[in-house]
Amino acid sequence: MMPLNSAQPIQEVEIISANDIELQKISKGLSLGLNQKEMEAVKRYFSQRRRNPTVVELQTIGQTWSEHCFHKTFKGSVITKKGKIQNLFKTYIAKATDELNLPWCISVFEDNAGIISFHEKFGIAAKVETHNHPSAIEPFGGAATGVGGVIRDILGVWADPIACTDVLGFGPLNYDHNKLPRGIKHPKYLFRGIVDGIGCYGNNMGIPTVNGAIYFDDSYVGNVTVYCGCVGLIPMDKFARNARPGDTILLAGGKTGRDGIHGVTFASAELTEKSEQIARPAVQIANPIEEEKLRRGILKIRDNELASGITDLGGGGLSSAVGEMAYRFKCGAHIQLHRIPLKHDDLAPWEIYISESQERMLLLVPNSSLADVLKIFGEEEVEATPIGKLTDDKILRINYADFEAAHLDIDFLFSPPRTERVARWNQPKSVEPIFPEPSDLNPYVLKLLSSPNIASKEKVVRTYDHEVKGSTVIKPLHGDFGGPNDAAIIKPLQDQWKGVVISCGFNPSYGRVDPYWMAASAIDEAIRNNSAVGGRRIALLDNFVWGSPEKPDRMGSLLRACEACYKFAKEFETPFISGKDSLYNESPLGPVTPSLLITAIGIIPDIRKSVSIDLKMFDNLIYVVGQSFAELGGSEYARLKKHEDGFVPKVRVPQAKYAMEGIVNAIDNDLVRACHDLSEGGLAIAAAEMAISSNLGLELRLNNIACAESVRRKDYLLFSESNSRFLVEVPMGKAPEFSRIMKKVPHSIIGKVTKDPHFCIYGLRNEIVIDLKVDELRRAWKSGLEQQYET
Amino acid sequence: MKLEETRVCILRVGGTNCDIETREAFQKSGAKAEIVHFNQLVKQQSLLDFNVLVIPGGFSYGDYVRAGAIWAKMLIAKLGNDIKRFVEEERPILGICNGFQVLVEAGLLPLFDGISPFPEAALGTNIPTGYNCRWVYLKHINHGSCIFTHKIPQNLVVRIPVAHSEGRFMFGNGKEEKCLEKLLENDQLVFRYCNPSGKFASGEYPTNPNGAFFDIAGICDPSGKILGLMPHPERSFFNWQRPDWTGEGSLCVHSDGKLIFDSVVEYLGRRT
Repeated sequence: MMPLNSAQPIQEVEIISANDIELQKISKGLSLGLNQKEMEAVKRYFSQRRRNPTVVELQTIGQTWSEHCFHKTFKGSVITKKGKIQNLFKTYIAKATDELNLPWCISVFEDNAGIISFHEKFGIAAKVETHNHPSAIEPFGGAATGVGGVIRDILGVWADPIACTDVLGFGPLNYDHNKLPRGIKHPKYLFRGIVDGIGCYGNNMGIPTVNGAIYFDDSYVGNVTVYCGCVGLIPMDKFARNARPGDTILLAGGKTGRDGIHGVTFASAELTEKSEQIARPAVQIANPIEEEKLRRGILKIRDNELASGITDLGGGGLSSAVGEMAYRFKCGAHIQLHRIPLKHDDLAPWEIYISESQERMLLLVPNSSLADVLKIFGEEEVEATPIGKLTDDKILRINYADFEAAHLDIDFLFSPPRTERVARWNQPKSVEPIFPEPSDLNPYVLKLLSSPNIASKEKVVRTYDHEVKGSTVIKPLHGDFGGPNDAAIIKPLQDQWKGVVISCGFNPSYGRVDPYWMAASAIDEAIRNNSAVGGRRIALLDNFVWGSPEKPDRMGSLLRACEACYKFAKEFETPFISGKDSLYNESPLGPVTPSLLITAIGIIPDIRKSVSIDLKMFDNLIYVVGQSFAELGGSEYARLKKHEDGFVPKVRVPQAKYAMEGIVNAIDNDLVRACHDLSEGGLAIAAAEMAISSNLGLELRLNNIACAESVRRKDYLLFSESNSRFLVEVPMGKAPEFSRIMKKVPHSIIGKVTKDPHFCIYGLRNEIVIDLKVDELRRAWKSGLEQQYET
Repeated sequence: MKLEETRVCILRVGGTNCDIETREAFQKSGAKAEIVHFNQLVKQQSLLDFNVLVIPGGFSYGDYVRAGAIWAKMLIAKLGNDIKRFVEEERPILGICNGFQVLVEAGLLPLFDGISPFPEAALGTNIPTGYNCRWVYLKHINHGSCIFTHKIPQNLVVRIPVAHSEGRFMFGNGKEEKCLEKLLENDQLVFRYCNPSGKFASGEYPTNPNGAFFDIAGICDPSGKILGLMPHPERSFFNWQRPDWTGEGSLCVHSDGKLIFDSVVEYLGRRT
């Protein structure tokens, strides 16, 4: 890296005369992350202008064209056996949304976050991000700034953050230290740091963390996975997006420093042994209180209608924020780099421009209200500095004192050469695992309950404040027993009963077998979790965590997942409103298991109708809704049996859709006392979790399960993870009405709630198959994570 | 002065984050409550324009040193005289969570012999350590001195959530017995952690969520006009905020925390 030369702070790079090898040397030497084709485009641009670029210009191009900022894989073309696909994003993800064309989608894939309508003039903004690479290097800072970043995305559409979510993927906590490659940190160390980091940011900012998941898988040892989400509330009549040339570009929040240099370039590369050394400066430092003050100022400015545009500073820092704002408003920009408040005064101009220091936002302010805006930030003790102006010439001009640091066409900056990827997919031959049915299934229920992916995450969830703001209606931990509710409900408006329903779906272990059904299952799971508490009118967010797109097999599986996203979003009528991809999750241990997180945002018209997981009253009936199949592939039971292959659960629309709609309809008609979706561990585990969450017991009969004639094994019936199924507690007197509402879906009464806290399941010949005390179940479920942690 | 004229000041600084819901709780109980930035109070307004001072929850100034310590010092340094008069005139002060930490750090609780120049108690890091967000049971044990709880019958068990990592109430080493005697003598004990049937936690986790001495969750000053507590009553105001309200039916509209706000509002009404 070049040190700052105060006599000649703006360095030029000889590119016009550079040959191919030299071009690559330049890209590597300046950590631009640009490939040959891209470097040639840069050379062409400057050759036409008969001058060499400055370092600031090259860095700006490198950041803007990075996978992280431009999503070139999703926007590029893909060559497959069947031909070429132009633009994965438009062909699959956005296509479902476009074709559904739903009136309640206000702003999709356009801003920092997707916006849907909520109540009268209020909208809901939602965004989910990943922060994998930083968290792998510095877990606390990486995770905390991941949360901080996604909160700024919500502020970046003028919304007030009302809830956070997080989904984490770790290697097994008891992973053998001796098997760790150099440079990879132990899952337990990562786990502790990441959980602390997430709690620190959300808690300190006073935003409840209400939904999420923790998943353990060997492929996360080298590729720890951190998804951070945020949901916000916004009065749409205050949504300002009308900037014009002449408006002041205002930088507000923390000072700019050397933390977070080349974060996006780092995020768009594989992790290696040297990542620690090279990339440590790429991880930012978190200060949640700074962001809290920033939030107060921004909301006040919004409510007084003083600004004309806003965006956050995230990946790429100023370079990305300024460019995107100018591009969005079809303007140019003139920036005075030397005005930016710095943490250390020896920062080189290019470092200032691409630094990803945290807790900074960019506002566009008409001159008439600049003084008021500065006053508001002053009152909140937030530093705010005018750093330039929008211009009318579509040129990005950057000055550093008297030196010209950059002079670039905005249009050039936003038209990188199209990336071309090759996709190859070989359908795996699924073989259903063959093993005899165990004679005693009781130990399997207990083992599954204490297995890391199913066991209670209470120890973690209690360290996140999920009650702050006093608006959490359905909580991640239910009641004194900490029952695992399927979704969270937030009541964001003081005098309205309407609620926001937040849930997620995540099935990476199916991804190993078939990414198509993994994606379909994640969509189904997110929607059914939402439906189980009473959520409807659901919008989806997609977050891909994948291996390197430069490798055809990873691209092939990505394409498979995208195909499922289109098909099932369309058929469920649940549009995607926002998404993000994190590719290049590769380490010396191999690629990450294809992981698609689907976040679902629904609404409930009256939160007083919400349904929770816990059993309510003995003698009430238990229904199973939805059809059960022999689908053990990727299931937790198969994992226990050491089988990774098999038929992964499929999604069968329209039946699946009828099941979701039926549940919501039944909830609206006050027929449902408790509801839980069937997911990891299947029917047995879902039933156990309902009992664990209450003081009551269950008595169930496997031979009463609807339309399961083809499945003749008790273990399959107990543990198969077929999608689109629910367990529902219905009062005896309401049974006829419930059955009537469910007539389009296979459903049946399989038992009842008992006063005695006993968990009893009868088999196909009415023999006792499972006979356990609810206390035993609870102990296994609650101690599972700790057992892992302590070994 | 009429109740409509009494003003509740909900004070905030950078890092305060429970001010909105605390204001709502006061408003729903019938009081006029405003959120005021500390700097505004220092520069433009006077604390003495208000009848009640509330220090809500959050992480004041980031709490990068002992929780509440920075704000407490600021409070005394910049508003010391006003605070002194506020206390002398027995105007009510409420500190919730971070607010309780601030009151203790500022020497305003337990207030054995007037405002203390140094903290007479502390809210130490939780045992077991770490942030802990959970609903707890509290037994109201005040005999009637505390104006914030006079509507709560003695020995009633209430449910209110805690969310903190520094909430272990304690006295200096060796001073515990003597201080406890004083608390008892002055009727300063208000809430203690207990199980659902009212049996005190005796330090047992998680019934006592932070290892607090004598299971103390909240105390008042000898006059009963200053209350500090770790649990968040503003998060236990409506029945739908309760952790298992879905099983309780809709028999009650409100939750237990409302009684605290109702008590002080009624007290203000009575004084007028």
